[in-house]
Amino acid sequence: MSERILEKLKTRFGTAIFETHSQFGDDTAVVDPAKWHEVMTFCRTELECDMLTDLCGVDYPDREPRLEVVAHLYSIAKRHHVRVKARIGDRELEGDVEIDSVANIWPTANWLERETFDMFGIKFKGHPDLRRLLMYPEFVGHPLRKDYPAQKTQPLVEYRTEEEAGLPLDKQLPFGPDEGMSFGRKVFPGEGEAS
Amino acid sequence: MGEVTRQVTLEGSQTGFATTRLDALLGWARKYSLFQYPFVTACCGMEFMALASPRFDMARFGAEAPRFSPRQADLLWVVGTISQRQAPVLRRIYEQMMEPKWVLAFGTCASSGGFYDNYTTVAGIDKIIPTDVYVPGCPPRPEAVIDGLLLLQDKIATGDRTPGIVKPREDPASIGNVNGLVQLQKKKAAKGDRP
Ligand code: SF4
Repeated sequence: MSERILEKLKTRFGTAIFETHSQFGDDTAVVDPAKWHEVMTFCRTELECDMLTDLCGVDYPDREPRLEVVAHLYSIAKRHHVRVKARIGDRELEGDVEIDSVANIWPTANWLERETFDMFGIKFKGHPDLRRLLMYPEFVGHPLRKDYPAQKTQPLVEYRTEEEAGLPLDKQLPFGPDEGMSFGRKVFPGEGEAS
Repeated sequence: MGEVTRQVTLEGSQTGFATTRLDALLGWARKYSLFQYPFVTACCGMEFMALASPRFDMARFGAEAPRFSPRQADLLWVVGTISQRQAPVLRRIYEQMMEPKWVLAFGTCASSGGFYDNYTTVAGIDKIIPTDVYVPGCPPRPEAVIDGLLLLQDKIATGDRTPGIVKPREDPASIGNVNGLVQLQKKKAAKGDRP
């Protein structure tokens, strides 16, 4: 059943479908970003995918179209899934990275596209209200791009200085590795001996 | 009616008066009537509920009445992760509280950012507001929080505003173990050794 969906897409759009695969039963079609809106409309009307489960971005820093927009679609009536991807943006992500908005097909795409814009800086053309969703408006950059330094914070309130506080603010002690979860956080030499 | 012939002299505690310093009296009164404002943002809130419920019963320490207006509270519980976006709100809440006021950092996230070492989390609320007591743990056990509350009461009674950190209680299973880790293998019983 599932292969038929990809067949339908291929017969309808021909060369605009760049590649397809059905690994582990997940039907995936990589499509031409210029045809994004058309393909999605086809999925909504002909394939009856009435539910947009998720829409997000992926950053592959060493691929040439660097960013990927991924949409997961589901048909409640026909009970089939399809995943549609489009690859956009050059290596340096110069200028605007744009793709069509699908918010007029599925209303839920409104917030999903806002999140994708917030995290990856992908502009969705025709989106009714493309603002940041999770980060604050003062935030500069797009944190899920691989070239954003993960630890770089942009505080909204000025931090207190150590003189004001009268104690070291970058404390790790006695918050040692045994407490809570030890992964992820930097562990400094000698930290384990405390507590 | 006979005349009073015997002169009675009362001494010390028999006079019916107690002399004390005003600040000590105030400290005594304050430490048993903490009105708390719970600023609950994340998973630590679950442990906060356990603490406030009858099994651990914070009311025993005179801290049972949460106030949902910062103007009526004098103890700010920061329970959970504080994101950069929330930082101005937390600062505002703190500024709205009346003097004298105290702040308790509940959990590793509030104390030091925990394992969230990234662009979105404030690594410790003391970067924004002065903090009196830190309770490490992810989440801390209610016993640890009660330790923190008692530590805070001590500090209030003595007028001590230096920050204090709750020491983890010794895990009985780890006594004698340098790394503080629980050893799972059974100890070999020596002959004639009582278990
Ligand atoms: S310290 Fe742990 S339990 Fe508490 S808020 Fe942070 S992650 Fe959640």
